Amino acid sequence: MIEFGFALKQTRQENMDKVSLDKYNRLLDLEPSFKRCFQCGNCSATCSARQFTDFSIRRVHTSFRRGEYDGLADELRKCMLCGKCTLVCPRGVNLRSLIISMRQILDEPEKTGRR
Amino acid sequence: MANRYWNEYQKTIADDRYYYERSCIRQTFFPGSETAFLKIMKDELGKDIFDDFRLHTCTGIGYHTDVVPLETTMTVVARIFSLMTERGYENLVPSCITSFGVFTEMIHMWQEHPELLEQTRENLYKACKREFEMPKNVAHPSDLIFKYRFELAEKMKYRLVNRFTGKPLNVVEHIGCHYAKLFPDKGVGKAEFPYVLAGMIEAWGGHVVDYPERRHCCGFGFRQYLVQENRGYSVSNTKKKLESMEPYEPDFIVSNCPGCSMFLDRWQYTIAEMEHKTYDREGYGIPVLTYEEMAGLLLGYDPWVLGLQIHQVQCERLLDKIGIPYDPKQKYNSASGKILRAPEKPENLLV
Repeated sequence: MIEFGFALKQTRQENMDKVSLDKYNRLLDLEPSFKRCFQCGNCSATCSARQFTDFSIRRVHTSFRRGEYDGLADELRKCMLCGKCTLVCPRGVNLRSLIISMRQILDEPEKTGRR
Repeated sequence: MANRYWNEYQKTIADDRYYYERSCIRQTFFPGSETAFLKIMKDELGKDIFDDFRLHTCTGIGYHTDVVPLETTMTVVARIFSLMTERGYENLVPSCITSFGVFTEMIHMWQEHPELLEQTRENLYKACKREFEMPKNVAHPSDLIFKYRFELAEKMKYRLVNRFTGKPLNVVEHIGCHYAKLFPDKGVGKAEFPYVLAGMIEAWGGHVVDYPERRHCCGFGFRQYLVQENRGYSVSNTKKKLESMEPYEPDFIVSNCPGCSMFLDRWQYTIAEMEHKTYDREGYGIPVLTYEEMAGLLLGYDPWVLGLQIHQVQCERLLDKIGIPYDPKQKYNSASGKILRAPEKPENLLV
């Protein structure tokens, strides 16, 4: 290939027509309080695991919401289920239950081959 | 009711006596376009349009890359206006979209800040003993072609119709950002409903493709292109537009901006080299025309005199669709008839 001295940048635009939200919708069924989340970030700010690792529960559930599931199962293992995030959530989202539900969904075997 | 609102999206375009300001880069990128425009205005429409050989840059590229200070740009623009005043014209027609944006911006600043206008008059007089009047009307050449699109349609030999299928050609129109995004009321249809090119396409028989990224920037962006390492931003923006229009299978793209026409065309080669990707079915790419080239072709001007062979994506397949005759042997002949060497062919983009 010709060396141009610059490269194409991959777009960060999320095309919601091209992702499957099956897992996200299943998460809402298991933990309906997640609908109330308005992404304030208090959960990440108070997180014990966040003090020692790069774990961010807000990043994880935002990715889940966008249908980007790659690597989330490994990420969720960093959570120690202490429940401080649940205590500080101003919208009353049951985050500990949410995390357990996300782990459960991500560990389920693929049914159709889609993400 | 609808007409009342649509009236707000129109602009005033002078009827006659225009002072034409040529572009720095268009004469290289699209060598036949400006000549075609002058021919259309003079020969087809019988208008008085003055092509002044004394004109110079508006500083647009230097201004938008922060290497030319504002005071210099104002003084250089004032000199252009002084040449127009000297020739007795009041309606300015800048060929380049960036010049159009620069002139509109400077006039706006002078209207809002009269002290800047006084300072500019003083600077110009000190520099070259010249005085100027501001133009009464600034219109882009695409505005003029738009204004007279129905008169031109009557003179046209061809229409934007696929002669094999009888269906209108799918045309992507792209408006330069400096046409209507700087000062929306200076563009036909403003930035929201760009109609200057769409009006031409509809009047001449084509179908306008309304695709999701229609109003997205072509990616040129001055600093995004002028520094080599930044060109990834430029080509990535173009790729976004091409990906967005691809499903609609456009027959060609038309633009009224030198940067947009250039980059929507040339980046197709770059993307083909980088990713082996072209945006038509056969691998030839989507031809990109200027609005003068589009009008000239339909009026029956020779495609090689219009300079279509200079484009990256070649136009023969489009000419075949419309039914425009051309002589392949004349493609690389100079104006004096001398046979020039044909350019090398790229590996991944068919020509």
